[in-house]
Amino acid sequence: MTATSVARTAALALGDDALVLSHRLGEWAGHAPVLEEEVALANIALDLLGQARILLSLVGDEDELAYLREERAFRNLQLVEQPNGDFAHTIARQLFFSTYQHLLYGRLAAGDGEFAPLAAKAVKETEYHRDHAEQWTLRLGDGTEESHARMQRAVDTLWRFTGEPFQPVEGLAEAPLVEEEWLASVTTVLERATLTVPEGPRTGAWAAGAGRQGLHTEPFGRMIAEMQHLHRSHPGATW
Amino acid sequence: MTAVTEGQTHPAKEGSAPDQQTVFDAAVAADERIEPRDWMPDAYRASLVRQIAQHAHSEIIGMQPEANWITRAPSLRRKAILMAKVQDEAGHGLYLYSAAETLGTSREELLDKLHAGRQKYSSIFNYPTLTWADVGAIGWLVDGAAITNQVPICRCSYGPYARAMVRICKEESFHQRQGFESLLALSQGTPEQHAMAQDAVNRWWWPSLMMFGPPDDESSHSAQSMQWKIKRHSNDELRQRFVDIAVPQAKALGLTLPDPDLRWNEERGHHDFGAIDWAEFWDVLKGNGPCNDQRITQRRRAHEEGAWVRDAAAAYASKHRKTKGEAA
Repeated sequence: MTATSVARTAALALGDDALVLSHRLGEWAGHAPVLEEEVALANIALDLLGQARILLSLVGDEDELAYLREERAFRNLQLVEQPNGDFAHTIARQLFFSTYQHLLYGRLAAGDGEFAPLAAKAVKETEYHRDHAEQWTLRLGDGTEESHARMQRAVDTLWRFTGEPFQPVEGLAEAPLVEEEWLASVTTVLERATLTVPEGPRTGAWAAGAGRQGLHTEPFGRMIAEMQHLHRSHPGATW
Repeated sequence: MTAVTEGQTHPAKEGSAPDQQTVFDAAVAADERIEPRDWMPDAYRASLVRQIAQHAHSEIIGMQPEANWITRAPSLRRKAILMAKVQDEAGHGLYLYSAAETLGTSREELLDKLHAGRQKYSSIFNYPTLTWADVGAIGWLVDGAAITNQVPICRCSYGPYARAMVRICKEESFHQRQGFESLLALSQGTPEQHAMAQDAVNRWWWPSLMMFGPPDDESSHSAQSMQWKIKRHSNDELRQRFVDIAVPQAKALGLTLPDPDLRWNEERGHHDFGAIDWAEFWDVLKGNGPCNDQRITQRRRAHEEGAWVRDAAAAYASKHRKTKGEAA
């Protein structure tokens, strides 16, 4: 099944989000703070990779899209490409993104658009991802002095990337509609975690809206260089 | 095998020590399962903790050489398979640390011993994964050897260990098949891919044979473990079984095994194979392998860097336990 041209733009945006975040979470393998988190982070990464493969296949060949596009052709949010940082940064990124994804897929699942069947499955996965991020945000925010400081720093650092998900995307009219709910949900979690909701802007001159146009942050180039190297070294090979 | 249900204790639990020993010996002899609350000799307990801990440590250290390729996996399908495999290994670590906990030893305690170098993990993981084909070779050979070692442990006399192994072996067999399939794709691929596969098999073959441990006459724990039915076959028996299985598989893969002395012996009904370099085995075991430092350093670092996260979870739990208590 291939999507209509309007849906292709949306599938690429959502597919790239899932692909890139899955890759970042995959970098945790063997480095997680506790064995249970090795399992949980890999689980989330696998869900996202599954979503990415379905979405990219709507657009074309999944491997050609993942491995042979240049940096400027990727349509993912800048939020998901941000480096893992410490566990607090990874959790803040998870909270922000999974809340967005959960709300968006909830809307898409309820509609009758091309993504409804995919969204129906993804909404269950993202509910777990969101819950995982919420549980850790509470523990880190309301844990020790150190964990509180680290979690606050992570929230503050990533805050400026949280306006981008709600920019209009062709074929994805639902994205801007979930912003209010997103802000309410994230605010509730942060407050319960005794954290301060940042006052800074959620969009910057460059930051927000740029990823969907193919403008990324510096760490992203290195990430895809690593991801694509082997595939590109053997043109035409099958694996 | 007589089934003993979980939690059931053998009748002479209250009796004097010699009685308990007799009951234990009879249970082992009758192929019954020893359960956590049953009386067991201290040496049996210690031997199990040593073996289960080493096995658990091998699972979590074993994540490293394969995780090394997650971010470079050459197709999304292979990436998904590899991530799932590394995740399974973390899961195996969890079951095994839990099995050790039933013997009264905490995960924390065992991890401390691993980090301090006082407990071992399988030496195979002290070899590096240099190319993508190493992921396939580990699946085919290392997981293949692990299965050969572990299937008999599903019948081990200690219940929780045996039950953990049943589940682990099912997953390991998937790992072994994906490794074989991945190597087959390489072997039948471009000349460069074929060469990559052959190079990986050349490097992993001998270390895989060493995974069965030293020859029977030099194996320090074997005899007692066999008597207790923790172990069911000798190192050399299992090694032979593995070689006999691997030879036709290598042929099917279109790859050769790096041993000029490898040939079928009609008389024995087994393959003869060349001498293993035991000096290398002991050297790697002592810490001089290519990656011993790297593996343990990464493990320690992950643990140390994660300390504040574990502390936060503990602090949160204790705060909220208190709040709950005050509310009541």
